[in-house]
Amino acid sequence: MSPEERVLTGSHFLLGDHACAEGAMAAGCDLFAGYPITPSTETAERLSARLPAVGAIFVQMEDEMASVAALVGGSLAGARTMSATSGPGFSLMMENIGMAAMMEAPCVIVNIQRGAPSTGLPTLVGQADMMQAKWGSHGDYEIIAYSPSSPQECFDYVIKAFNMSDRWRVPVFVMADELIGHMTERVVIPPADQIPRVERKRPRHKPGDPSFLPFLAEDEDLVPPIVHAGEGYRVNYDSLTHDEKGYPATFPEPHDKLVRRLVNKIRLHADQIIEYEEIFLDDADLAVIAYGSTARSARRAVNEARRDGIRVGLLRLICVWPFPENKVRELSNQVKAFVVPELNLGQISREVERFTSLPVIGVNHAGGVMMAPDPILDTIREVAKNA
Amino acid sequence: MVTLQTRQPLDVKKISIPRGQLYIIPERCKGCKFCIDFCPLDVLEETSEMNAKGYHYPVVAEGKEEACIACQFCSVICPEFAIYTEEIVE
Amino acid sequence: MPEIKVESHPIDSVFRTERLPHIFCPGCGIGPATHAYAQAILESGIPKDQHACVSGIGCTARVPGYMDVDSYHTTHGRSIPFAMAIALVKPEMEVTVFSGDGDLFGIGGNHFIHAARRNIDINVICINNFNYGMTGGQLGPTTPLGAKASTAPYGNTEPPFNLPYLASACGAVFVARWTALHVRQLKEAILRAMQKKGFTFIEVLAPCPVGFGSPNDIGDAIEEVWLYRERCIVDHNAYLPELEIDLRRKDIPFVMGNFVDIERPPFDPLAMMKNRGE
Repeated sequence: MSPEERVLTGSHFLLGDHACAEGAMAAGCDLFAGYPITPSTETAERLSARLPAVGAIFVQMEDEMASVAALVGGSLAGARTMSATSGPGFSLMMENIGMAAMMEAPCVIVNIQRGAPSTGLPTLVGQADMMQAKWGSHGDYEIIAYSPSSPQECFDYVIKAFNMSDRWRVPVFVMADELIGHMTERVVIPPADQIPRVERKRPRHKPGDPSFLPFLAEDEDLVPPIVHAGEGYRVNYDSLTHDEKGYPATFPEPHDKLVRRLVNKIRLHADQIIEYEEIFLDDADLAVIAYGSTARSARRAVNEARRDGIRVGLLRLICVWPFPENKVRELSNQVKAFVVPELNLGQISREVERFTSLPVIGVNHAGGVMMAPDPILDTIREVAKNA
Repeated sequence: MVTLQTRQPLDVKKISIPRGQLYIIPERCKGCKFCIDFCPLDVLEETSEMNAKGYHYPVVAEGKEEACIACQFCSVICPEFAIYTEEIVE
Repeated sequence: MPEIKVESHPIDSVFRTERLPHIFCPGCGIGPATHAYAQAILESGIPKDQHACVSGIGCTARVPGYMDVDSYHTTHGRSIPFAMAIALVKPEMEVTVFSGDGDLFGIGGNHFIHAARRNIDINVICINNFNYGMTGGQLGPTTPLGAKASTAPYGNTEPPFNLPYLASACGAVFVARWTALHVRQLKEAILRAMQKKGFTFIEVLAPCPVGFGSPNDIGDAIEEVWLYRERCIVDHNAYLPELEIDLRRKDIPFVMGNFVDIERPPFDPLAMMKNRGE
């Protein structure tokens, strides 16, 4: 299928969920395996029409565990794979997300977050899964998570998610929320030849070379080259801890070595992954840190506060994991306090607290309605007064 | 054995019973005794020797050196892929 | 001639021999079943490079790691959707799920029934040793009624699945049951399954002397296999609803055979696109 048929070049008025779908199409998604769940279902529905039309695979699985199992299997067979879900589905996906991390299988999962916990508020906004994105599966592993603040960013960052996933061989999440997912806004889609594409690292060894060690990461980035089913390498992929040959190695030393590499892949190269937007931070003595739909309200609150003469700035997180700890440390030398508005009862604020000894004041709501600018503005004013 | 009192098939002189050569890999054996028990001609018995893991692997029993007919059942039933036969072709 | 001691076996070309001997207990039925699968790979006419073997978790699930093919040791119960995706992305490959009764029908039960319903083009070989062996012999969905297990010290109170009946009812196009003793028929069944397009299922009854035999007063693997030898009959036309395994009723045989061999269109996510004339 020609790239032109996949990429909906032009200027559109798109639902956030649909922008995620178009991002997947533009990125060359070969397989979508998912399960319907509000408020992400529109992404699946759009892809159920778009993917088969270009000869790609759309399967609605029996549950979310099967969905991610299919994502990993398809990825290790060579495909770009994706799913879309919300909180309850994200929870079900966790065991196999761990498998994706362990097998270093690239895959993309879009989470259109809703009010939580449990079945929560199926049709209403939340930002309740942010910590779960990092720590949801058992064990130490690293992932990348983006938080789009608009349908345009849904499009852009689904493409980026595929590229980063292939680059670093980790699962990558696009942590949107119901407000962004169900909002309709202008999305500009470039021509197909302007869509960036990063390919997976491939081995230098030929198939059948007995000296090939599929899980030996010789390069500084700690990412081993990937081999796919049917290419003749005949490699073992194991959810058990494994050695460089891929064989189970259930002993302390190889286990520690493997887990450290899986984690350091991202931690030691976070500077190549982290992304944020700085608004009015240069001379700020108060910083608001926000992401997703809340960042839109935070921007308004910051603008209003500036009009009042308060020197406040906004650090808008675009990549939430890995967390921009160095930026927080740097800002701590400049500002007097942080304000962290979130549609949860304090999740990313805890990360901010870890990297500063300054006060971190949350503006929190368990979800169900957008975070309005007013409570953020009120908090900014109060903090500025007492600072 | 065939005697004058027994009915013989007409082609009895043309058909010959295959003969087999037994091969074993002692280090793989785990002493389950499937091969010994299921050999249709009781060709095998446990040796008194042990492999490195302490298992008594099978050997051809005394007097049975010509008995193997290369049915290969030991080969297919062994859980460890530690024994097989090859037909001796004259 | 006396025996000749050697260091390799004709079937070794299908195995990662540096990992042998495998971890299975002496007399474990997984060994002969694996040998039959390996022999089928050799005789299938499909090169090793085009075979993929996927498993979940358990003793049987360790098998793909020993085979010299693209192998995937995934999470408990989830081998079937994993294998489905490989089969969809690489339709030219021969994808086989090789896993145990607990993994495929306990935690994995839902994936089994949907895969059979869809008729996805994979082979599922289930080694049924009536318990969760790897973790010490707990009861599972195929543990016979009344049998003892580490989590059923007074005897199992749950009727087990009748696997061939279940597989056939869900839509599998090839359903067979053999034992680790019937290795030749098993190999032929696996070869047939590899030839067929669609969801094929083979149940293999296997002795588990440590996990199942021991709590059930079966002395050793030989005794467990003799149970099959005495009680197995072959009936390819058996009435599937009556195929359950009952250890206690000596008058009820264990019925073996290739019970189902039908044609159904295999799963194709793009099936409707052809109708649209695209």
